[in-house]
Amino acid sequence: MSTPLVEISGLTVSFDGQPALRGIDLAVAPGEAVGMVGESGCGKSVTWLAALGLLPARARIGGRVAIGGQDLVGAPASVLERVRGGRIAMIFQDPASSLNPVHRIGRQVTEALALHRGMTGAAARAEARRLLDQVGIPDAARRLDVYPHELSGGQNQRVMIAIALAGQPELLVADEPTTALDVTIQAQILELLQSLRRETGMALVLISHDLGVVAEACERVAVMYAGRIVEEAPIARLFDTAAHPYTQGLLGALPPIDGPRRRLAAIPGGVPEPWAMPPGCAFAPRCPHRAAACDARIPDASALVEGHRAACIRAAPATALAERMPA
Amino acid sequence: MRPGGVLLEAEGLVRRYGMRRGVFGRTVDVRAVDGVSLRLERGRTLGLVGESGCGKSTTGRLVLGMETPDGGSVSFDGRPMPSPGTSAWRVLRARMQMVFQDPLGALDRRLPIAAQVVEPLDIHGIGDRASRAARVEDLLRAVGLRPDQGARYPHELSGGQRQRAVLARALATDPALLVCDEPISALDVSIQAQVMNLLVDLQEQFGTAMLFVSHDLRAVRQVSHRVAVMYLGRIVEEGEPDGVLRDPAHPYSRALVSAIPHPGRGGQRIVLQGDPPNPADRPTGCAFHPRCPVATGLCAQEAPALKPRADGRLVACHVAHGEAVAGTGLPRREAA
Repeated sequence: MSTPLVEISGLTVSFDGQPALRGIDLAVAPGEAVGMVGESGCGKSVTWLAALGLLPARARIGGRVAIGGQDLVGAPASVLERVRGGRIAMIFQDPASSLNPVHRIGRQVTEALALHRGMTGAAARAEARRLLDQVGIPDAARRLDVYPHELSGGQNQRVMIAIALAGQPELLVADEPTTALDVTIQAQILELLQSLRRETGMALVLISHDLGVVAEACERVAVMYAGRIVEEAPIARLFDTAAHPYTQGLLGALPPIDGPRRRLAAIPGGVPEPWAMPPGCAFAPRCPHRAAACDARIPDASALVEGHRAACIRAAPATALAERMPA
Repeated sequence: MRPGGVLLEAEGLVRRYGMRRGVFGRTVDVRAVDGVSLRLERGRTLGLVGESGCGKSTTGRLVLGMETPDGGSVSFDGRPMPSPGTSAWRVLRARMQMVFQDPLGALDRRLPIAAQVVEPLDIHGIGDRASRAARVEDLLRAVGLRPDQGARYPHELSGGQRQRAVLARALATDPALLVCDEPISALDVSIQAQVMNLLVDLQEQFGTAMLFVSHDLRAVRQVSHRVAVMYLGRIVEEGEPDGVLRDPAHPYSRALVSAIPHPGRGGQRIVLQGDPPNPADRPTGCAFHPRCPVATGLCAQEAPALKPRADGRLVACHVAHGEAVAGTGLPRREAA
């Protein structure tokens, strides 16, 4: 991989002594699209909220988040303010609650332009119009003067994306950007994110609970479970040869769209609570291949091949195999 | 005459709401459900898919009599549905139950699970104290909970366990019909699979017919024997789930199917233009025509009827029936 744009190493977060993130290592290259997948509470959103200093004060954060040699963990507010929106922008699931309901759309876009690019007056308004145009809002000039409630959910999400683009970020973190939207609108937003990446060359981190969504929009995916990345691989490889039993479970839980109807391979049980984390592999209590060694210690992420890592003791022999047989 | 196997039949259901535009605006009629007919056989599942506002949930409530239709009729077990609120309707309600999306909202957080599961038995006066307690244990086991979990409060259970508890309560009166309104969409992927498996198992075990309302075509295919696609208050296509997914006939179903994200698909996705229309501002002719990639002049003038194709698939589309040659869509009318 080329020099990473953002490099997260050993990132930990705990709330009131209870761990939410238990050591995240992840690098995002310039222009790359990385998916982060996992169930609610696995830490996929917390990772980026922590990186951008957006967590409440009671969160204890450790590790390192480097962007261009600058560490963001514990960085002063002035540094974070320049990075947030300027180098890394973030959009969230519910656009209606991210936008200010009493301000016109145009004002909210120009505010971001003033903040990150020092633009004001007519120049800012013209740029805001161009941004609304770029995110596919029809009749952009007139839409500058409407309020969020006059737009649909999909259009509000487009406005959020326009605001995120205002600072010309190198990385857009999209946290479940389509979850609150209808299926046909989800398709529109995914398409928009793709075309914006092509136009601007920015990198994308797409956080989603839906492996299918990530598969469409990303080149690489990190699967998270209970505050750790358990597997990381190029998309195609993950679907063909998932190495971690949790990833295999997620894939098996997805109803197929064709072929014979089979019983879904549901993962039994539920995610462990942060105060009752198993001593070893957090997935062990739900894992069909659990062995005594699984409970001994947390398995390290081992590389199976270049770019494919899995944190499972059963994934280790495959590594040895791959090393013995050079590709 | 009792029709063979048909449990539920709805004919031309209409539900209107008055909606006021602006603070001082006049009320306009919104047709949330606009002439929906469906039939459900005993022990089978009909999936109802569509986007928000298409009237799928309202349809679910109408067939249960939780709302009174403004037009059309519902018959259950060969007899017309009694008026909501009457004692005959209340008796019948024991045989039809509803399961909602948000299990935490559907449960009373001040009562332990077992007390909530036993409630329908108390209300409908089924069994005595001892037999009710035994029945609750059986129900909890049937949905995959341990009987001792009946003593827990809703907040002490996970989302999946809560939905199991809701299902146990819905099944308490041994209903012939279960209307499930987005029963899995609030759950995590691995838990969704558990609940879908459970619904299939419960149907096998108890022979319950289900109306499965969802926006998720994958989930619908997994649990349903038939699927009806709704758009703006009407059914636009109905058929076997495999057939509809493999070869959707209505242009809207085609867009829905192509919007299912799945890996390895080469970019032939149909991305529809525009937003789902406002039910208060229903387009003329076929409601889908402003977003339809194959709409022609006829589509803007005349609403197509839902009728069978040669292979039995029900479709409401002029183009699919060969009544009009596929066009290239109509110029979009910009909303004011």
